[in-house]
Amino acid sequence: MENTCDNIISTLAPCLTQLGWNQGLAEFISTLLGVLLVAIFPLVLVILLIWVERKVAARVQDRIGPNRVGPFGLLQNVADAVKLIIKEDITPAGADRLIYNLAPIIAMLSVVLIWAVVPFTPYNIGADLDIGVLYFVGISSIGTLAIMMAGWSSNNKYALLGAFRVVAQLVSYEVPMVLSLLVPVMLAGTMSMQELSFAQLGMWFIVVTPVSAFIFYVSNLAETGRAPFDLIEAESELVAGYNIEYSGMKFGLFMANEFMHAFTANLLFAVLFLGAWAGPGATAIPFLGFVYLMIKTSIVYVPSLILRATVPRVRIDQMMAFNWKFLVPLAIINVIVMAFAIMLVKTLGLAPAPELASDFLANLPQTAVYILANLIVVAAAGAMIRGSVRRDRLALAAARTQPDSEPEALPAPVAQHS
Amino acid sequence: MLELNPTSIAFFIFSVLSIGGALGVVFSRNLIHGALFLIVSLFGGAGLFVILAAPFLAAVQVLVYIGAIAILVIFAVMLTRSMTNIREIFNRQWWIGAIASVALLVVLVVGVILPTWGPGGTNSDIVLSETTASLQDLGVALVSGNQFVLPFEVASLLLTAAMVGAIVIARDNESY
Repeated sequence: MENTCDNIISTLAPCLTQLGWNQGLAEFISTLLGVLLVAIFPLVLVILLIWVERKVAARVQDRIGPNRVGPFGLLQNVADAVKLIIKEDITPAGADRLIYNLAPIIAMLSVVLIWAVVPFTPYNIGADLDIGVLYFVGISSIGTLAIMMAGWSSNNKYALLGAFRVVAQLVSYEVPMVLSLLVPVMLAGTMSMQELSFAQLGMWFIVVTPVSAFIFYVSNLAETGRAPFDLIEAESELVAGYNIEYSGMKFGLFMANEFMHAFTANLLFAVLFLGAWAGPGATAIPFLGFVYLMIKTSIVYVPSLILRATVPRVRIDQMMAFNWKFLVPLAIINVIVMAFAIMLVKTLGLAPAPELASDFLANLPQTAVYILANLIVVAAAGAMIRGSVRRDRLALAAARTQPDSEPEALPAPVAQHS
Repeated sequence: MLELNPTSIAFFIFSVLSIGGALGVVFSRNLIHGALFLIVSLFGGAGLFVILAAPFLAAVQVLVYIGAIAILVIFAVMLTRSMTNIREIFNRQWWIGAIASVALLVVLVVGVILPTWGPGGTNSDIVLSETTASLQDLGVALVSGNQFVLPFEVASLLLTAAMVGAIVIARDNESY
């Protein structure tokens, strides 16, 4: 740890030591403050996020949205939170009490813990782990467990059905997500979030590997249970799914967790593909980096809200087929092609010299190679889609020539289009 | 000998989680509780990996064992009948399990005691492992031709075969 007192934010411990504090105590206080800040920020932010989400959904549906409490209805969710806290806390009679009460807490943990590895500025990060990306994947897999616990302990068949769907969906979409994360890790040669953002100073990874960015975005939509993948809590079918028996603030925790998870997923998209805090003047004034990160996150977050408010829900077989027959093969092809392109760039010597790594122009030659590689992957994706459409059409034609086997063979929506 | 620093406190916490969770798995009368205790135990193991400066193994432990295998176990338990209030603690294979676990315990105890309290005490020449490899070393070791590329590939082949087998068993013969 450096012992100079530069500014109060990055080097609090040395500053306190200068004021005459015990060094151990100063370091403890500074770490504690950091942990509290990183943990509380998303919890406070989520109140605003729910407001944003309700406003966007309202505009899409030609409504006004919350506008009564506070200016522009900003305090609506504070009022909602107060209502949830003072509501009676009901535990169903048949519930498994301990697991039932533990589930919302673990769900919340699985999202808040991710914020520990988000690089907010070039100097401020909760914990710059060597394994940042893997840590994120591991922590978000605990969220599945929390929903499973909630679904089972409620002792309700709808909750259990919802939990089964969660396992099917989240475990499936974890596969393309991890495979798409491999490409930025290969490009940067590290799994540390901070080093990943430094590696993007020259060129953002969304330009270098747009296919991975697409796969990550789509599988994140599914991981967070957002429309069109909101089968987890399909209100009209499962009466809200796994959290049906929850009431009061425990229900509130699940809701807040969902909103926070959606934002966190987009935050990670901004970190991994949009250069995190990178922007003019971010290294000189760290706070600007934080502002840039929030702006970048909003740029991907708001479209996901509009998407949520506009598209209908997919069927469960469509969701599974889309994952296993399209996203996973595409992600595997993408990893293979990009690995080949990275070795090609290395052998041809197109990579910029280490001292020029953050220079935009020096990055252009290798970026050109990577974009060509991505075009190959896109062509493969096109071939895959064409093949599956042709197979469907042939199956339809075959079914039409043999009318006796037709009615049961086709799901109703497909049959409507024939 | 016994110093009370943050690392040893963390070690005690994770040991209690690990052993307590394992005892919970064995003594729990409710299969779901047993599966959840298994997760507690695995989490304790992940914490011990962190203390041993092996964060990669810790993350893999959480991701693979808690995130995938434990969830699968819970999933399987939920589909079985009578998962609560198990009466019989023992089944007919209890003696095989007892022999295996006692043998493993003996090996581990000998492996720990010999280097530390054996001839020469803590200064003895027997070291458990000299490997203090970084994440990069691990990655290189897995794909380098003169290290572990063959076991790595064999393991992946085995997993692929298991996956293909599972799909073949699960597939409905009528539809194709």
